[in-house]
Amino acid sequence: MDLAEDLLSVVDRVDFVFFPVAMDFKKEDVENLGNGEIDVCFINGAIRTSEEEEMARLLRAKSQILIAYGSCSCLGGIPGLANLFPREEILQFNYLDGPSVVNPDAIVPKEETKVPEGEVELPSFHDDVKTLAQTVEVDYFLPGCPPPVILLKGALEAILEGNLPEKGQVLAPDIALCDECPRKTSKPERLRIDSFRRPHEILADPETCLLAQGLLCLGPVTRGGCGAACVSGNMPCTGCLGPVSRVRDYGGKAVSAIASLLDAENEEEIVRLLGDIVDPPGTFYRYGLPASLLHKRILQ
Amino acid sequence: MSDHSGPQGHASFEPRIVAFFCNWCTYTAADLAGTSRLRYPPNVRVVRIMCSGRFDPQFALSAFRDGADGVLIGGCHPGDCHYQEGNHKALRRFILLRMLAKQLGIEEERLRLEWIAASEGEKVQRVIAEMTEQVRRLGPLRLAPIPAPVERVGQLQEVGRAR
Repeated sequence: MDLAEDLLSVVDRVDFVFFPVAMDFKKEDVENLGNGEIDVCFINGAIRTSEEEEMARLLRAKSQILIAYGSCSCLGGIPGLANLFPREEILQFNYLDGPSVVNPDAIVPKEETKVPEGEVELPSFHDDVKTLAQTVEVDYFLPGCPPPVILLKGALEAILEGNLPEKGQVLAPDIALCDECPRKTSKPERLRIDSFRRPHEILADPETCLLAQGLLCLGPVTRGGCGAACVSGNMPCTGCLGPVSRVRDYGGKAVSAIASLLDAENEEEIVRLLGDIVDPPGTFYRYGLPASLLHKRILQ
Repeated sequence: MSDHSGPQGHASFEPRIVAFFCNWCTYTAADLAGTSRLRYPPNVRVVRIMCSGRFDPQFALSAFRDGADGVLIGGCHPGDCHYQEGNHKALRRFILLRMLAKQLGIEEERLRLEWIAASEGEKVQRVIAEMTEQVRRLGPLRLAPIPAPVERVGQLQEVGRAR
């Protein structure tokens, strides 16, 4: 269980100057601060609109230390999968063509709209999803969807004790999840996958390595630090903490790790086996497409 | 850089292909092609790896990010790998990589895996010539740039309303 109550002891020692999700703060509270007046700022969420970009730049200017909090700000997150589609196609589908859309007047969001009272504005919708570090300079990264409470607590304690590591670091262990997985000892000497199963298709044995059972667990490629929370819930790791420091492109490394395990020798067998992976981009870049080497799907 | 500006299929476009050749077979075959004075297009940049099993899909993605239009992997024939099964791993990784890359908008012809034995200098010549032409027809690979952060706003400059 993920009790956040032990955070309260840490939270007692800080003064919030901006925390819109939990307290009544407004943007002008930030604007009225001097540059660097905020000691530490955590920003979550990927950057897709001009409003998000503006807040990121504003908070960056006002903060000594900026921490990208969560998979979205660190890697792009699940919203990053929007980088598989052109901007126009997204707007077209969501406001006009989608099967559940009822929009007889074909109203689409506009940045400026005249209404009887005057003119109202909406933020602009960028061409792609960016990570926080692709928008402003970021000092530390705390990935996770959501970040494990224990890592957040560790980060807060490091801040209060003046113990933060060198800038640019990810505030999580730099080793793959398999290392802390409770099922580690059940991993066979020669791990081979002869078919991929999705979690709803089998009754997974709660004590055996999930990869050995044909579930596509991304533990070998993913940073640990979460205490193998999903695996402990009998679900394969989906990669939310992103890669370790030795990996540049998470999806590429995942391809390497998973493909190595296939129990198939010739092209035909391999293709057939891989046919069970229904959505490679969604599986291998679920959280990290904007942070990847390709950044978005190539649209010619 | 300027040789990349031609429209798709235009004769002025010179594809840039990065090749990862295994030391024992394919790289040796490429040497043989050289000593035999076999002529082939100069569009391939060869990187020698000890085994095709060393090929990490990140190499291909990194090559594309750095301007490659195609990536070629050369290894020993199955059964002949100097390290027993490295080439088998390479095949599995290559197929999944190509599948994933295709869904990310990279045409299949930009990624190629060939088994080329040490004696097959002529195969090196043929494969490079073929792939160069295929990629030339596809045109340059245009990746979206990776956004760079705006510079850190200077400490002296107040942003927003001053207090």
